[in-house]
Amino acid sequence: MATLEGQAPASLGAGPVPVTGPLRYRRWVFLIALAVLLVAYPRVFVSGFAQNVGVNALTFAVAATGWNLLGGFTGQISFGHAMFFGAGMYTTAVFVMAGMSPWISMLPAAAVAATLGVLIGLPCFRLRGHYFSIATIAVGVILLTVVTDRTWLGGPEGLTLPIKDETLWNLQFSLRDLTEYYYVILAIFAVVTGLSFLFVRGRAGRYVRAIRDDDRAAAAVGVPVRRYKLIAVALSGGITALAGSFQVMHALFVDPPSALDLSLSIQIALIAVFGGAGSLWGPLLGGWSIIFVQSYSSVHWQTPGRPVDLLIYGALITIVAVVEPSGLAGLFRRGWRNGERWLATRRGGGVHRVTVTGDRR
Amino acid sequence: MTLGAAVRDGGMGVGPNMNVLEVEGLTRRFGGLVAVNQVSFAVQRGAILGLIGPNGAGKSTLFSMIAGEQRPSGGRIRFDGRDVTGWTAHRAAAAGVGRTFQLMRVFGSMTVLENLVTAAHLRHRSTRAARRVAEAVCAELDLGGIAHHQAGKLTAASKKRLEMGRALATEPTLLLLDEVLSGLTPTESREATQIVRAINDRGITIVMVEHVMEVVMSLCHHLVVLDFGEKIFEGTPEVAVRDPAVLEAYLGT
Repeated sequence: MATLEGQAPASLGAGPVPVTGPLRYRRWVFLIALAVLLVAYPRVFVSGFAQNVGVNALTFAVAATGWNLLGGFTGQISFGHAMFFGAGMYTTAVFVMAGMSPWISMLPAAAVAATLGVLIGLPCFRLRGHYFSIATIAVGVILLTVVTDRTWLGGPEGLTLPIKDETLWNLQFSLRDLTEYYYVILAIFAVVTGLSFLFVRGRAGRYVRAIRDDDRAAAAVGVPVRRYKLIAVALSGGITALAGSFQVMHALFVDPPSALDLSLSIQIALIAVFGGAGSLWGPLLGGWSIIFVQSYSSVHWQTPGRPVDLLIYGALITIVAVVEPSGLAGLFRRGWRNGERWLATRRGGGVHRVTVTGDRR
Repeated sequence: MTLGAAVRDGGMGVGPNMNVLEVEGLTRRFGGLVAVNQVSFAVQRGAILGLIGPNGAGKSTLFSMIAGEQRPSGGRIRFDGRDVTGWTAHRAAAAGVGRTFQLMRVFGSMTVLENLVTAAHLRHRSTRAARRVAEAVCAELDLGGIAHHQAGKLTAASKKRLEMGRALATEPTLLLLDEVLSGLTPTESREATQIVRAINDRGITIVMVEHVMEVVMSLCHHLVVLDFGEKIFEGTPEVAVRDPAVLEAYLGT
């Protein structure tokens, strides 16, 4: 522990390590570098494989960002986020088939998902413990069956969306090159991450983390626990639905397994946890790494039944659980912190001091 | 700076509001077991009331009901002139009831300062204002040295102190302290006693559950003794130690 007593603490927001002076600008440097990387990606990697990985990684990063608000920050683990993803896919499909722009349809899509989340949360959040997690599995399975039986939702055959003019407003582009799709989902990701940041940094963010850490103590300091859990599930569902809206426009097709399968729920949760639950950048890191591994193994080591990527998943999850429970983002943060510390000592410490506090792990 | 709410009522009240807390016929049953049975008492504004009794006497259940965590099976709770019977915990906190937990419940992933800021948000929406209150509490409870430590990794003594700080950061009128002085070393206990006294000197009414009799005798103005869920004594500490019913409850026959 190297806490410097009496020194004015610099920031509360980001994490336990307040950074003073010019070091703070490195956060901006990091953000800009990341933005440049993400924007340049489809121009540099032009292969169909790379572009597919990019679009899918960002789609799942958006879905996992939704999951993360509820599971990572609020501590309510969901194994049913496919229902929000699916709600986004189906709602957008229905509205687009009725002639609406997919952009406008994202509003009802998010609203349907948020309502669904609140409906599950209302009874479950009365109880303490894992009832919510169990209910999400149950409702997910039920929805899959119910939707398969609805003829107006296409039943088991699903819905195929009409091909329209290739414009941004129609969210349809040439499939020769996925660059346009990539930039659309990148923009959605940026908006959604910005939203999460706004939610997490202030009072609401402290309240949900308080609930995650100890809901009885949270109530004792005046946190309306149930209300904040409901806000979190609504926001979470709405965000994940946006990923579904995009997905259905990208695929122009939706059927029950592609929208509502339990494995989809698991994948969303896995990406968020692997990337780093409770970290804003976790879903991005998780999305890219998991989708890359999955795509690479399915192209190069494909065997019937796809056991290879599952093996790799398992290995990755085990490694993360043992080495760094806060996921890739935690690993990344640790490296960043060590780098800053190294820089600070190299410069003689006195000028740019890093206040290292709390744990070193 | 002053910490607001404690003095917002202007210190000692007058007339019917002399009592911050009035408990009347409070009862709590768990199936056939009566954990708290028809307990009544009142706490004067600015007082320190000690709630004592052997293990299982119903002290913590009584606390939980006042803090809104458990619904009473019967009876009434009046706080600050309002009937708060059956209020939820967060409403009780908003009304001005602050509390600590016997088995410490800090927000483990947050730093000490963030714990306090979170609590201070009850009366201050903006981070800036909440932070000012948190820093004042930090200074008052001498938590500055560990302000940026992760709360979950603190020692028991520090966690207890943080719990007091967190309750204070909600700017309560009434503070419920559940065994904040138990299990501490003599030095820690002395410091904690001084903190409790300092909090009380600011005008915050305190109800404390405590086992360390030495501390109870020196801190509390008034005692309520529970045994098997019933009130067996109410009065000053000096009288309590000579009361036959109290002696019997503690020493047995």
